[in-house]
Amino acid sequence: MTFIPTFIGVTLISFSFIRALPGDPIQVMAGERGISDERYAELAAQFGYDRPIYVQFWDYLTGVLQGDLGNSFVTKRPVWDEFFALFPATLELSICAMIFAVVLGLPAGVVAAVNRGKFADRALMSTALIGYSMPIFWWALLLIIVFSGNLQWTPVSGRINLIYYFPNPTGFMLIDSITSGQKGAFLSAVRHLILPTIVLGTIPLAVIARQTRSAMLEVLGEDYIRTARAKGMSPSRINGVHALRNALIPVITVIGLSVGTLLAGAILTETIFSWPGIGKWMVDSIFRRDYPVVQGGLLLIAVMVMIVNLTVDMLYGVINPKIRKR
Amino acid sequence: MSIKKILTTGLLLSTLGVAAQAQSLVYCSEGSPEGFDPALFTAGTTFDASSHPLYNRLTEFKVGTTETIPGLAESWNVSEDGKTVTFSLRQGVSFHANADFTPTRDFNADDVIFSFDRQGNPENPYFEVSGGTWEYFGGMSMPDLIESIEKVGDYTVVFNLTRPEAPIIANMAMDFASIVSKEYADAMMDAGTPEMVNQAPIGTGPFTFQAYQKDAVIRYLRNDAYWGDKAKVESLIFAITPDASVRYQKVQAGECHVMAYPNPADVSAMKDAEDIIVMEQEGLNVGYLAYNTQVAPYDNANVRKALNMAIDKQAIIDVVFQGSGEIAKNPIPPTMWSYSEDTVDDAYDPEAAKAALEAEGVTDLTMKIWAMPVQRPYNPNARRMAELMQEDFSKVGVTVEIVSYEWGEYLDRSKALNRDGAVLLGWTGDNGDPDNFLAVLLGCDGLERSNRAQWCNEEFDALIQQAKVLPTQAERSALYKKAQAIFKDQAPWATIAHSVVYMTMRPEVEGYVVHPLGGHIFNQVGISQ
Repeated sequence: MTFIPTFIGVTLISFSFIRALPGDPIQVMAGERGISDERYAELAAQFGYDRPIYVQFWDYLTGVLQGDLGNSFVTKRPVWDEFFALFPATLELSICAMIFAVVLGLPAGVVAAVNRGKFADRALMSTALIGYSMPIFWWALLLIIVFSGNLQWTPVSGRINLIYYFPNPTGFMLIDSITSGQKGAFLSAVRHLILPTIVLGTIPLAVIARQTRSAMLEVLGEDYIRTARAKGMSPSRINGVHALRNALIPVITVIGLSVGTLLAGAILTETIFSWPGIGKWMVDSIFRRDYPVVQGGLLLIAVMVMIVNLTVDMLYGVINPKIRKR
Repeated sequence: MSIKKILTTGLLLSTLGVAAQAQSLVYCSEGSPEGFDPALFTAGTTFDASSHPLYNRLTEFKVGTTETIPGLAESWNVSEDGKTVTFSLRQGVSFHANADFTPTRDFNADDVIFSFDRQGNPENPYFEVSGGTWEYFGGMSMPDLIESIEKVGDYTVVFNLTRPEAPIIANMAMDFASIVSKEYADAMMDAGTPEMVNQAPIGTGPFTFQAYQKDAVIRYLRNDAYWGDKAKVESLIFAITPDASVRYQKVQAGECHVMAYPNPADVSAMKDAEDIIVMEQEGLNVGYLAYNTQVAPYDNANVRKALNMAIDKQAIIDVVFQGSGEIAKNPIPPTMWSYSEDTVDDAYDPEAAKAALEAEGVTDLTMKIWAMPVQRPYNPNARRMAELMQEDFSKVGVTVEIVSYEWGEYLDRSKALNRDGAVLLGWTGDNGDPDNFLAVLLGCDGLERSNRAQWCNEEFDALIQQAKVLPTQAERSALYKKAQAIFKDQAPWATIAHSVVYMTMRPEVEGYVVHPLGGHIFNQVGISQ
């Protein structure tokens, strides 16, 4: 039920955020040439800026409820179309980055916890700290120079080699490259995903590893773990099943919250790797003061984050039946 | 399959890919086009992707020059009073076709009239399609200038002007004047999808539009029915790559053939690299510091000239442009006709500057310098430039406060007649005509708008107005040179620099010419085998 007030709040914030910033899309559009007062008034009327702010908000709100987010000032295309043309690319990259982070982060955290204070623990946690502190821009360029420039193992940027040309009905390159039937397309799409996935997944990986370690340490000190050990259960079963499952609740929470981090990281990652997603689209729109895109994009992203967090809440029940029964 | 095997296989496929796309030219562009109907937009990135490959205009700029040559108009005739221009149109020019449209007729006068009418006539059904604001059409004063456009025959159109205007021929070669198909526009209007004129473009240009994946790639195919010299490659691909360092890596890796806008810091390494070619040309631009000539003490030309003498421009070229610029002494760039070689720049001389300020009774002056928040070719780092000026001015006893605003605010506030402080700004030419610099940036009509110096000099203004209506370039040039002398004497600006434009490409690229108007044009670019 909190979904509805949150939605209205997000609509209001997304509408007022861009208008609270200094700057004016018409002035930005006119550029160095400048614009006469008469022409400014004409354009303001055309865009609807000359109306009172509450009228503009009401129009926006009623539009949103009818599924109309307006048209971009810059490209003149519907915000809705632009978002869904770009969102699959961001989603595909984010999912891969999250899989990368979870697949490496969880075991790293478990290994560090089990070997608390030993070399493996220190090495893994130091690496995680470095990963967490790494500036994305620098990290991405370093990987490109080493793996794409010097070693030539991976492509520099883009989603697929330009020799492949096929329609993108789903927008997910991994899926579309398979359905295209073009030989080598899928492999090319995978190769293009490697570096952006590593770059975008590095920070969540570090966070997940550290969170898993700390949650595991707490659980490993519990009575039932001692009991399991006393009963002669194998360490792998104790750590992998009993301890990890109980340690997962805070980890899942962190994974849910990492969705926001992924979207923030996507802005830089997408820019560097020429990845056609919503991160760069939003940043460009903020600079151009493209009100409909910024407010519509923010709203859609906020709804996505809300859905992810709702899913995480539901997952708690799956992992811990006690929560489900409450 | 091991990781090594996967990578090796991928590498092999990539190599095969390069071979397979031997007849494709891949250009690493710096950004996405706003759309594909050039008249709707103002960005050079959009024009590179739309007007150059896809469309033609009545007149064209000869690539590599600012010279105007026949385009869709084979010839033109200007009446004696300069107020009527008659264009004779080229026959046998066909528009492109796509899945939704096949032209039934060739290009004719109806297309010319439609292309302009939709930009200026609110009754035209396309006037508000795609949120049209027709910024360039308005910005070039076309609504005031064009009284009417008449069709005299299928292949003759007459432009009736409200006043004589020599730059009109060059204006017709500008991107906003690209000719679109009326037949296509009508068909899309009937189909209820008029926005397709912008999204699925149909032109007469050397390439046809194949596909656009937003923020990723644009694909074009050679137009084999092109009326002029056909394109040298079968397909043209724009790989949209916003980061300059990544563009460079892509050129090195062979993923792109050509890239624009390298990082100035990378240029020397590029020049040293064996497998990279760097072409360069002075850009058609100027970066300047505009004083507010309406506010004391900057209403005194001697004070302005003294301040100009305090600026170490060479240091700015070295630090801000990292060598990729040239000191500006005139308000127009040296590649433009009528550029005055006779102009003597204010020499850097802090002692003389200090003495001159004291002679004018200016001591303990505190001034503001406005630093742009954005990068432009004519000013890659305005903040740094302002800091250097701050240091220079401190040597002559002037204290500088650096201010900046968000870009829209900056443009808006800097127009004010009573603005406090001098503004860093610049200009990139539209049509290669001196009027496009001198009248727009320094004419009395530009006060409180594009004339940031708020400078209205009657003698200067009379010269540029007179030059605008003269028929020959030689006559106009003489007046513009006089105007430049007045400008230098009155010093409403400190002219800072003209940037140098670099293009980076692989050695197999043939026939690329750097265009002084800033466009990236691949019509006659090929790839050696």
